[in-house]
Amino acid sequence: MKILVCIKHVPDTEAKIRIGADGKRPDLAGVKMIVSPFDEFALEEALLIKEKGAATEIVALGAGDEASQASLRQALAMGADRAIHVNDAALVTADALTRAKALAAAIREESPDLVFTGKTGVGDDEGQVGPMLGELLGFPHAGAVVRLSVDAGAFTAHRDIEGAVEIVEGSLPAVIAFDKGEHPPRYPSLKGIMAAKKKPLAVKSASELGLASGAPLVVREKLELPPARPAGRILSGDAGQAAAELARLLRDEAKVI
Amino acid sequence: MGAILVFLERRGGDVKAASLQALSTARRLADSTGDTVAALALGAGASSAADLAGAHGADRLLAVDDAAFDLYVPESYAAALAEAAQSTGCDTILLSGTSMGRDLAARACARLSTGLLTDVVELERTAGGGLRGKRPVYSGKAYAWAAIPEARPSMATLRPNVFPSAVKDGRKAEVVAVAAPNVAARAKVTRLTTPAAAEQDVAEASIIVSGGRGLKAPEHFSLIRDLAEALGGAVGASRAVVDAGWIGHAHQVGQTGKVVSPSLYVACGISGAIQHLAGMSSSKVIVAINKDAEAPIFKVATYGIVGDVFEVLPKLTEAVKKVRGS
Repeated sequence: MKILVCIKHVPDTEAKIRIGADGKRPDLAGVKMIVSPFDEFALEEALLIKEKGAATEIVALGAGDEASQASLRQALAMGADRAIHVNDAALVTADALTRAKALAAAIREESPDLVFTGKTGVGDDEGQVGPMLGELLGFPHAGAVVRLSVDAGAFTAHRDIEGAVEIVEGSLPAVIAFDKGEHPPRYPSLKGIMAAKKKPLAVKSASELGLASGAPLVVREKLELPPARPAGRILSGDAGQAAAELARLLRDEAKVI
Repeated sequence: MGAILVFLERRGGDVKAASLQALSTARRLADSTGDTVAALALGAGASSAADLAGAHGADRLLAVDDAAFDLYVPESYAAALAEAAQSTGCDTILLSGTSMGRDLAARACARLSTGLLTDVVELERTAGGGLRGKRPVYSGKAYAWAAIPEARPSMATLRPNVFPSAVKDGRKAEVVAVAAPNVAARAKVTRLTTPAAAEQDVAEASIIVSGGRGLKAPEHFSLIRDLAEALGGAVGASRAVVDAGWIGHAHQVGQTGKVVSPSLYVACGISGAIQHLAGMSSSKVIVAINKDAEAPIFKVATYGIVGDVFEVLPKLTEAVKKVRGS
């Protein structure tokens, strides 16, 4: 069984966001870039399935500019067997369907049994690519999955929704988009990092994959920072006095209780 | 004349409040251009949503009255939505930004080969059925304005509890029975389990009390639960304590957890790492209780108490019970 894991290269979740010169995108100069955390959860699940002997090959797939190869190397260091990079700088800022089409073109050449992604790429926070890949590839999908079991060409997934868990059952091939589950992603070992340098990383251009460039479906117009919160008030006195004053303010001034 | 299609999410036969907010928004947008609004409901008894849909602004309710649609079936739902888009000739589709709404919207968007704005907090309709919306990015560290100028139908999911629900009594939606799409779905939700102790979900709560590392040990979460209970709120947590296994991930607030905007957020023993602040700083009122007066959480707090959570929390729970009782 072959599992393909989509890896997105995103700004660190601890990064402070500054507006870039074009007013539409963040200024990423000096910002550390990482594998999107939800994609790390997806990769960890894939590696665990391989370690159990249920998968034979884990392939990391990324789409974006040259710099995004760093995240594919990270995936190789964590334990993926090889990587594929769809090299097209335009994909960094392209809309979700355009990115999903690029990934789908590369996935079709591989005929995997399972395609894993994170439930969303942190930053854009859209969560569109997983379900889109399902539709584009003609596969079923399950999104926001916190637990997955795969057996004899079928899968069972637990999906966290508002105040409940949905149990999804389906057949392979399938797309699974992961939420944070029970397995924290591993750190690459030194040996893994050394080995990653020698693992195959195939680079494909958009034209090799036969991707057409069309008008963008979604156009980014502006990026703005949230309004600053007004200065707060520190309540003084001992714990009892401060607590009593706070309860009164929440009722009488803020009117939220 | 254009048309807006709204997907109505049902659970256990009831239409989700967030869907009625999307429907009310569709009515408001349609009224400014003289367009019509159609709603789509799936599952057994779908046509029973007609009065509710009508009151919230639907001219027509497309009902797929079929028990095979009682639980979420991504492929079939996406096909039903795409078919409804074609049959109504709509130029815009709105859904609630719930787990199901966001998942379904993305699959249907690929099926319709169009553009989709996720989780908008402001929404405008532009010439010829386009959409322009404002949406949080980087978990609320910034907001992006984006538009769908050409692709049709333009699609958006609306962040729950941001857009008001508006009811006009006596307005009825005409029911149109629709056949189920002919799709052999290869994955479906077979069961829905709700936790035995029906805890409030932080994603839907209007009051959240969250605990962090300042609680020192998992058993001290009882202090958080006591205050949450006194306030009628949900229990949240920082990433640090979720990763330490003190409480389940469903409670995590922040960039890799849930992004929330309740009317009241009480952060207890949480220093305020940037990835936590990203998940809660759009809350209406923020209370911070922390020993360290320099903790970043105080920068976003409306009210702060510099003190020991072990001393302050029991007193606050008591004080809340008192003011709520009076």
